[in-house]
Amino acid sequence: MSELWWGVLMVAIGCYGLKLLGLSVPERVLEHPLTVRAAAFIPVGLLAALVVVQGFTDGSRVVVDARLAGLVVAAVLLWRKVPFLPMLIAAAATAALVRALGG
Amino acid sequence: MSEPTSDRTVIADSLGVGVGVGLYGVSFGALATTSGLSVLQACALSLLAFTGASQFAFLGVVAAGGAPATGALTAVLLGVRNTFYGITLAPVLKVRGLRRWATAHVVIDESTAMSVVRADPRQARLGFYWTGLTIFAIWNLTTLLGALAGERIGDPRTIGLDAAVAAAFLGLLWPRLDSPASRLLALLAAAVALGLVPLTPAGAPIIIGGIVAVLVGLRFVPSTPRSDDE
Repeated sequence: MSELWWGVLMVAIGCYGLKLLGLSVPERVLEHPLTVRAAAFIPVGLLAALVVVQGFTDGSRVVVDARLAGLVVAAVLLWRKVPFLPMLIAAAATAALVRALGG
Repeated sequence: MSEPTSDRTVIADSLGVGVGVGLYGVSFGALATTSGLSVLQACALSLLAFTGASQFAFLGVVAAGGAPATGALTAVLLGVRNTFYGITLAPVLKVRGLRRWATAHVVIDESTAMSVVRADPRQARLGFYWTGLTIFAIWNLTTLLGALAGERIGDPRTIGLDAAVAAAFLGLLWPRLDSPASRLLALLAAAVALGLVPLTPAGAPIIIGGIVAVLVGLRFVPSTPRSDDE
């Protein structure tokens, strides 16, 4: 089996195992105040980091490009409570348009 | 004033998110084959790992010339958040045995997000399963389509798919920015992650940024808004 397949398998087993672990943690651990608070903070931290890494980097460089326009449009639409799918399409279309115009 | 949310609304919202997120499996499939994965490997990831951000992280490392094992480690670390989603969801879903094994597979960002926003436990379960299963079906189908289309799509950037990925994460983050503390932590995580991008391997800034925000939150954010002091 190729190295790439081993990687794919590791991702699959690791990611599934972590999901199952979450649903299987005993309740006394669930009720620990530290767990409850960490569980609330972790998605905020990781999602915020994901937004900027997906939006403002290219490899190991920080770049500002057409994605910024897409994100600004997304933020305005989210603020106006526009549903997820139209928001995504508008963000993609904005970035595509800015690129097409040479931005 | 506000009417209770109807089940139809919950399902409609879940379908909307499910279709929206599921569709960009196309971008994963296309990026996977342009990153050097086979169509089968792309589909295996979507079927077996089924956690978008981790899948993209794996591609990112492999496409940048990193070892598949490094890519896998990054992907799995990113998957740690799903453990915490599971912890949040467990008291609501109350699944045991085989049902738990099956349910675990659809514990992802979006199914969690569409569940935790519902106050009623039954609607929280509706939101979780409708969102998770819709995304699973569409994500796998579109991964296959994207992988088959592969290079013919050309650069996914020309149709703004990279911006859509960032916007999707923003959309998931948005409802969580409901307090000054969470907004500050989000800014901190974003700043730390961006600062680390030039210095650390792909994937690491996300994990470190997230962890720093959590540690600062645990240290400085009071556990309850009102003080319990005597």
